[in-house]
Amino acid sequence: MGNLLAAVVSAEAADSGESKSYIQQMFSSDGFHAPSIAEFFPPAIFGDGTIFEFNRIMLIRVIAAIALLTIFWIAASRAKVVPNRFQGGIEFMLDFVKGQIVEPVMGAEGKKFLPFLTTLFLSIVFFNITGVIPFLNIAGTSLIGLPLVMALWVYVMYLYQGVKKHGLGGYLKNSLFPPGVPKPIYILLTPIEALQVFILRPATLALRLAANMIAGHLLLVLCFAATQYFFFEAAGAMKAMSAVTFAAGFAFVLFEIFVALLQAYVFTMLSAVYLNMALEEEH
Amino acid sequence: MTAQTLLMAAEEHGAETEGNIILPAPYDLLWSIVIFTIIAVVFARVILPKLQKVLDERAELIQGGIEKAEKAQAEAAAALEEYTAQLTEARAEAARIREDARVEAAQILAEARRRAGTDAERIVETAQRQIDAERHQAVVSLRTEVGTLATDLASRIVGESLADDARQQRVIDAFLTDLESTVKAEG
Repeated sequence: MGNLLAAVVSAEAADSGESKSYIQQMFSSDGFHAPSIAEFFPPAIFGDGTIFEFNRIMLIRVIAAIALLTIFWIAASRAKVVPNRFQGGIEFMLDFVKGQIVEPVMGAEGKKFLPFLTTLFLSIVFFNITGVIPFLNIAGTSLIGLPLVMALWVYVMYLYQGVKKHGLGGYLKNSLFPPGVPKPIYILLTPIEALQVFILRPATLALRLAANMIAGHLLLVLCFAATQYFFFEAAGAMKAMSAVTFAAGFAFVLFEIFVALLQAYVFTMLSAVYLNMALEEEH
Repeated sequence: MTAQTLLMAAEEHGAETEGNIILPAPYDLLWSIVIFTIIAVVFARVILPKLQKVLDERAELIQGGIEKAEKAQAEAAAALEEYTAQLTEARAEAARIREDARVEAAQILAEARRRAGTDAERIVETAQRQIDAERHQAVVSLRTEVGTLATDLASRIVGESLADDARQQRVIDAFLTDLESTVKAEG
């Protein structure tokens, strides 16, 4: 961290030579900055151009992971039968996954997958919520890599569980040839099912999450950039527009908090559904 | 990480992204801080206190429930102990009563025996005394009658009046004494 802070300071020092410092930029405007895809490809901190390229989004992921581990480590090491406020809040989250996702979808069998699904849910919440936290300002899941890894984790999990339970043939028959359909229909149904099971499920999981976070970030940046422009640069009636864009930014921050939780819920819920489908006797 | 590379990175990404490697775009940071502060204040002042109240109540409820259960358990244990003690006491009491009854029965028996013995002795004594008295009476009356009869008989045989009382009495006494000594010697 020390190195990184030094880097910020030196970056500011370097910037100030040619143009305004970071702080000056914060309270002024030099035209409207439309958000672009470049938002998601910030300059590298190190390893530029290599597979180890580490930029601020990677740093945010590390911070979110450390926060998640720290909070739950503290909660776990202080856990008592009678919960205090902190433990009560933590327990509420754990109970939410258990009571709202795993049990309704998977029933008693879901108990085995509760740790996996809870981890998934909490990780996604923490990686998503960084999108509205000042100084972080972008969701760890807004680059496709992390959602993709999590989706592949679910993908491998449900394929493995399905094959483990039914055997390779049994699982393929179960998922590609759903019973209770006239034989010729399989010509249509089987390719669709195959596409579903092997490609669409993990792909949609990853894309839904990443797309939501990308869109959310762009909306926020758009509102903030517009507010900056109207507040510091525009004059007269146009300056009043900053109130409107600020209100929109405020609304979208609240909306993004909701989306962060909702997308974690949706991702975890669908993972539970896919696991359940893989384990079902017939469907 | 030198300033030069940073600058190069900044130039690469152009004016659109100001090129700070750690921080978000300045406007992004500024307005998110403003909004986040508002949200944080609302949470700290309004929402969290309410939630904390619920959490505190829940903790109290659980604590109360546990305490109640512990109390009930302690009470049950105490009741069991008391019951056991009472049972032991009752058993001891019953044993004591049985023992008392046996002792009392033995006492009653001994008393009855003693009284019966005394009664028997008394009856025997009374009877003895009566016998003695009767014998004495018989002896007295016999002495008189036997004397008279013998005197009469002797008078007739001897033909001589033995009416002289003094002499008569001496003779009778002598005779009887003689007779008694004979009887004693024989018996």
